[in-house]
Amino acid sequence: MISADLNIILPEIVLSAFAMLGLLAAVYSSKDKMAGALVWLTAALFVVLAAWIGLTGEGTQTAFNGMFNDDGFARFAKITILLSAAAVLVMSEGYMRDRGILRFEYPMLVALAAVGMMMMVSAGDLMALYMGLELQSLVLYVVAALRRDSIKSTEAGLKYFVLGALSSGLLLYGASLVYGYAGTTLFSGIIEVAQAGETSIGLLFGLVFLISGMAFKVSAVPFHMWTPDVYEGAPTPITAFFATAPKVAAMGLFARVLHDAFGNAVSDWSQIVALLSVASMFLGAVAAIGQTNIKRLMAFSSIAHMGYALMGLAAGTVLGVQAMLVYMAIYVTMNVGVFAFIMLMQKDGAPVTDISSLNMYSKQNPGRALALLVLMFSLAGVPPMLGFFGKLYVLRAAYQADLVWLAVAGVIASVIGAYYYLRIVFYMYFGEDKSDALDSGGSPLLAGFLMASAVIMIVGIANMFGVEGAAASAAATLVN
Amino acid sequence: MDTHLLSIITFMPAFAALILAVFLRGDDEAAQRNAKWLAMITTSVTFVVSLFVLFEFDPNDTGMQFVVEAEWLLGMQYRLGVDGISVLFVMLTTFMMPLVIAASWNVEHRVKEYMIAFLLLETLMLGVFMALDLILFYLFFEAGLIPMFLIIGIWGGANRIYASFKFFLYTFLGSVLMLVAMVGMFADAGSTCIAACQDGQVALLNHTFGSESFSLLGIQIVGGAQTLMFLAFFASFAVKMPMWPVHTWLPDAHVQAPTAGSVVLAAILLKLGGYGFLRFSLPMFPVGAEVMSEFILWISAIAIVYTSLVALVQEDMKKLIAYSSVAHMGFVTMGIFAGNQQGIDGAIFQMLSHGFISGALFLCVGVIYDRMHTREIDAYGGLVNRMPAYALIFMLFTMANVGLPGTSGFVGEFLTLMAVFQVNTWVAAVATTGVIFSAAYALWLYRRVVMGDLIKESLKSITDMNPREKWIFAPLVVMTILLGVYPALILDLIGPSVTALVENYDAAKEAAMGALETAAVSE
Repeated sequence: MISADLNIILPEIVLSAFAMLGLLAAVYSSKDKMAGALVWLTAALFVVLAAWIGLTGEGTQTAFNGMFNDDGFARFAKITILLSAAAVLVMSEGYMRDRGILRFEYPMLVALAAVGMMMMVSAGDLMALYMGLELQSLVLYVVAALRRDSIKSTEAGLKYFVLGALSSGLLLYGASLVYGYAGTTLFSGIIEVAQAGETSIGLLFGLVFLISGMAFKVSAVPFHMWTPDVYEGAPTPITAFFATAPKVAAMGLFARVLHDAFGNAVSDWSQIVALLSVASMFLGAVAAIGQTNIKRLMAFSSIAHMGYALMGLAAGTVLGVQAMLVYMAIYVTMNVGVFAFIMLMQKDGAPVTDISSLNMYSKQNPGRALALLVLMFSLAGVPPMLGFFGKLYVLRAAYQADLVWLAVAGVIASVIGAYYYLRIVFYMYFGEDKSDALDSGGSPLLAGFLMASAVIMIVGIANMFGVEGAAASAAATLVN
Repeated sequence: MDTHLLSIITFMPAFAALILAVFLRGDDEAAQRNAKWLAMITTSVTFVVSLFVLFEFDPNDTGMQFVVEAEWLLGMQYRLGVDGISVLFVMLTTFMMPLVIAASWNVEHRVKEYMIAFLLLETLMLGVFMALDLILFYLFFEAGLIPMFLIIGIWGGANRIYASFKFFLYTFLGSVLMLVAMVGMFADAGSTCIAACQDGQVALLNHTFGSESFSLLGIQIVGGAQTLMFLAFFASFAVKMPMWPVHTWLPDAHVQAPTAGSVVLAAILLKLGGYGFLRFSLPMFPVGAEVMSEFILWISAIAIVYTSLVALVQEDMKKLIAYSSVAHMGFVTMGIFAGNQQGIDGAIFQMLSHGFISGALFLCVGVIYDRMHTREIDAYGGLVNRMPAYALIFMLFTMANVGLPGTSGFVGEFLTLMAVFQVNTWVAAVATTGVIFSAAYALWLYRRVVMGDLIKESLKSITDMNPREKWIFAPLVVMTILLGVYPALILDLIGPSVTALVENYDAAKEAAMGALETAAVSE
C-alpha cells in the first residue's frame, strides 16, 4: 500500500531529496561558489520532472487515502509551474551573480517552493493544502528579503511575511470552521456535505474565509495590498518568480478547493469569486495608470490579470476551469518575457526601473523594442497576440455561465488597462531622442527569453502548441 | 484556380513585412530605397493577383467564392472568402496601397518601420474583408489598430501622441462590446462560421437569433437579444464609421497622421464600419436593425448637416476634409439602414467612390504640405498661377466631393437619397440640404487655396506637381470619372448579392414582426 502511495508522489520526493542534498553538499563544500551550478542543475531537474510528469502521468490516482490527488488538472498545473520556475531560475543566474546576491540557498529554496506548489495543486485535504501553501509561502518570505543589505528588500520580505501570516490565519480559521461543520478535512467528504442551497451557515463562513486566504495568495482585490510593495522591493528575478509559478499554484489551489470540496455549491461561491474578479480587473487597470516604476506597474498588471483568470473560475464550469488554465499558461509566458526585459534594463550596470528611461528605446535596440511591443499588446489583450485568446476563453466561459455583466465589466476594464501598456509603447517609439540611454548590451540569454516569449505570442495563435487540448482534458478531470 | 488565392493575397504583404524586419539591416540610403521598392513591388503584385479574383468572380453567384479554410482553435476555423459585397472592398484596398506607398516616397524618418507598418496594415485590412469566421474577423478588425496607432504616433504631426491614444482607446472601447456580443453569438449558435460552412455547422448568416422582447433592469427591450447584439456591434461600427456623435477621434487622427496614413484611414479604414453593417448588422440582426433603423437614419441626417457646417469653419485643410468624410459616411449609413436595394447599392458605391475621392483629396493636401509644411488654409492662395496641373486635379476631386454629376461622388449620394426618400421623406429632406452645404465648404476651400492672385511671398517659388505625383493621381482620376459615367460597372457586380441581402432582410423582418404582432394581439 505505502509503496503505491509513495510511487504517486515520487516527483515531489525526488525534488525534496534533491533540495536537501543540494543544501548539504553546498554547506560542506564551496558554498556560494557552486550556486551557479546549482541553479542550472535545479532548472534542469525542473524540466526533467515536467517532462516526466507530462509523459508518464495518466488517469486519476489518489494517495494517502485521498489526501493527495494525481490527476490531469494537477499535472497540467505542475508542468506550468515547473517550466516557469525553471525559466525564471535560468534567467536570474547571471543577474544575481553580477550583483553578488547569488547564494546557494536560492536555488534550493526555489526547489522547496516548487515542492510546496506541487503539493498545493494536488491537495485533496485541508491539511495537505495548508502544508503545501505554507511550504511555498515560507520560501517566498525568505527570498523576498534575499538582498539582506537593502532596506527595500527586507521591508518587502517583512511586509509579505506579516500580511501572509494574517492571510494564513484567515485560511486556517476557515479550514477549522469547515472541519467543524463538515466533520472531515477531506475534500471528498466536504463535497457531500456542501450541497447547493442547503449549505449550513457555518460551512459558508468557512468557505468565505478559505476564499479570503486564497485570494491573498493570488493577490486578488481586496487582498492585494502587499503586491506592489513586494514586487518593487524584491530583487527583479525574485519578482519575476513571484509573478509566475506561485500565481499558477495559487490559482490551481483555488480551483481545486472550489471544485473538489465545494463543487456542488457553485452558486454559493460563484458570486464571491465574480466580485473578486471584477474588483481586481478594475483596480489593476486604474491603479497602474499612475505608476512610473515598471515593477510596480507589472504588480498592478498582475492583479488585473488575476481578475481575468478568476472570471474563468467564477463561471464554475469545465469551460471556466479550462479557460483559467489557458489564461494562466499564456500569462506566465508573457510575464517571463516581460521580466526578462526588465532584467535587461540597466544603466552603467545598475538596474533601472523607471519607465521613462525607455525613451526612444526603439531607436537604440529595435529588436528588443519590437518584442516588448508585442508583449505589451498581448498583455493588453489586443488581437492578434495570444493574450487576446486568453481573454476570449474567459469571456466565453463567463458568458456561457450567464455572467454577461462580468464579461462586459471585463472588457471595459481591459480598455482602461490598455492605456498603461500603450504608455510603454509610447515611451519606446514616440518619444524624443535623448542622450542618456540604457545600456545596450546585456545577457544574450535574457534577450533570448524575451524574443522567444514574443514569438510565442504571435506564432501561438496558430494552434497554441496543444495547450488548449491539454487544458480541456485537465479541466474535465477536475469538474464532473 | 489555386484554392489558396485569397490567403496568398492576404498574407503576401505581411510576408514582405517579415522579410523587411528580419533581413533588411541598416538605415542608410540604400536600405531605405530597398525598403521602399520592396513595399512598392509587393503591393503592386498583390493588386495584380487580386485582379484574378475580380475577373474570375461570378456576380450571379450570391454565395461565398474562393473559399479557403483550415482548422483552428476552440472549434473556430480559419476561413476566407468573398462575395459581391466584399470583393470590391478587397479590390479597393489592393488598388489604393501601391498609391499610398508611392505617396510616401519622401519619407525619410525610419523608412523600414514605416513600410512594415503599412504592409501589415494591408494584410489586416484585407483579412477583415475576407474573413468568414467571427473571431477571425475580430482578430483582423482589431489588430489593424496596432499599425495605425504606430503610424500616427511615430510619423504624425506635432500633436500626434494625443491623437494616437485617442484613436486607439476610442476604437478599442467601441470594439470590445462587439467582442462580448460575438461570444454571445458563439454561445447561441454554437459556431463562429459566417457563411460557406462545413457540413453540419450553423452559418451565422442563416441563423436566427432570439428576438423576443424582454425587460432588463426595468427597461423593455423590443427585439430582445437581437437588439442588444445589434447595439453592441453598432457601438463598434459606429465608432469606426465614424458616425456623429462618436466621430471626434477622426479629425484628430487625420490631422496628425502623415499623408499616407490619412489616405489609408479615409480610403479604407473608414469602410470597415460600413462593411461590418452589411456583413453583420443587417443580415444577422434584422429585427434589431429594424428597431433601430429610424434612429440611425436621423443620426445620419444630423451627421450630414452638422459636420458639413463644422467643416465650413475649419482653418486646417485636413480637418475640413476629415469632417467632410464624416458627412459622406452619413450618406452611407443612411443608405444601409434604408434597407432597400438602392440604399445598399448606393451605400457600397458611395464607400468605394469616397475611397478614391477622399484619398485623392488627402493626397492633394499632401502635395502642398510637402512643399510648404503647413496645412493652414490661410497660408495659401492663388496657387493656380504657379501650379496649373495641381489646380486642375484638385478641381476635379473637389467637384467629385461635392457630388457633381459625371463623377462617382454623384451616383452614391443620389442612390442613397432616393432610397431614403422612399422610407422616410423628412430624413431625405434634411440630408439633401447637406449636399448644398458640402458644395459650400468644398468650393470655398478651393477658392481660398487655389484661386485669386498669388500675393503671399512664400508661395512665389512653389513648384507644380512632379511626374511621380501626377502618376499617383492618374488612376484615381480615371476611376472617379469612369465610375461617374458608367456606374453599372460596380452595380452589376454587387447587384445580385445585394438583392439577396435585401430579400433575406425583408423576409426575416416580416417573420419576426409578424410574430411580434401576434404576440401583442394575443396579450
